[in-house]
Amino acid sequence: MDQNTFTYEAHGTTLVIHLPKELDHHNCRNLRYETDLLLSENYINRVVFDFSRTEFMDSSGIGVLLNRYKQMAGSGGRVTIYGAGKQILRILNIGGIPKFVSLFDTKEAALAG
Amino acid sequence: MEKGKIETMRLEIESLSKNEEFARVVVAVFMSRLDPTLEEIDDVKTAVSEAVTNAVIHGYENGNGIIAVEAEAQEDGRILTVRIADRGTGIKDVKKAMEPMYTSDPSGERSGMGFSFMEAFMDEVEVESEPGKGTVVTMKKRIGG
Repeated sequence: MDQNTFTYEAHGTTLVIHLPKELDHHNCRNLRYETDLLLSENYINRVVFDFSRTEFMDSSGIGVLLNRYKQMAGSGGRVTIYGAGKQILRILNIGGIPKFVSLFDTKEAALAG
Repeated sequence: MEKGKIETMRLEIESLSKNEEFARVVVAVFMSRLDPTLEEIDDVKTAVSEAVTNAVIHGYENGNGIIAVEAEAQEDGRILTVRIADRGTGIKDVKKAMEPMYTSDPSGERSGMGFSFMEAFMDEVEVESEPGKGTVVTMKKRIGG
C-alpha cells in the first residue's frame, strides 16, 4: 500500500480515515474531494482519523481536521482521533485540536467514543 | 564541525507541492551536523514545510516558479538559520498575514496557522516581502538550547 495516500474504511455510519505517513499540503490535496464524495453518498455521523502510520504533520493537517470538524458539527456528527504519537500530539495541541476533537489511544476506543 | 566555523547550503527547487517534503528532508539532513535532538529536527522540518508550502500556494499561487532554500549552521552557539525565498506575488500586509488563523485561501482547507507554527517551532522568524517581488522568510533556531 502506498504510504502517502489516504485509505477509507466504513463501520456503519462511521467513516475511518487512515492517514498517510506524511500529512502535508501535498498529500492532503485529494482528501477534500474524496471525503466530500463519501459524505455525500453515505450517511455518516462520525469521522475517525487514524494517525497510527503518521510520522510528520504540519498546519495543512490541522486545516484538514478543522474542516472535517466543521462539516460534521454542521450535521450534528462527531470527529475523533486515535493512534497519534508524541510528535503528532505536539502538533495537534499547538493547533488547538483537542478543543474540538476527542483523542483516543486505540481504534476501538475511538469508534466507541 | 570545526570550532567557530560556519557551513552553508543552498538549494533551488521548482514550486511543486511534492518539493515541500524534499525541502524539509534536505534541511533536516543538513542540520544533523549540529547534533540536534529528534524533537529539534521535527521542529525544523515542520517550520520549513510551512514556509515552502506558503511559497507554493501563495507566493506562486500554485503556478511555476523557483523557491530557494538556504541553510547555515554556526558551530559557535549551535545556531541553525534557514531562509526560504520566492520571487512570487509577495504579501501586501505582512503583519496581517502573520496573525493566527488568518488565511487568504477561500477553500476552507487552510488553517491559517502557517506563520504561527513557524514561530512556535523556531526561536526567530523574520518575514520580508514586497508585492510583485516576492517573499523571504528567515528563521533561526538554537540547537541544544
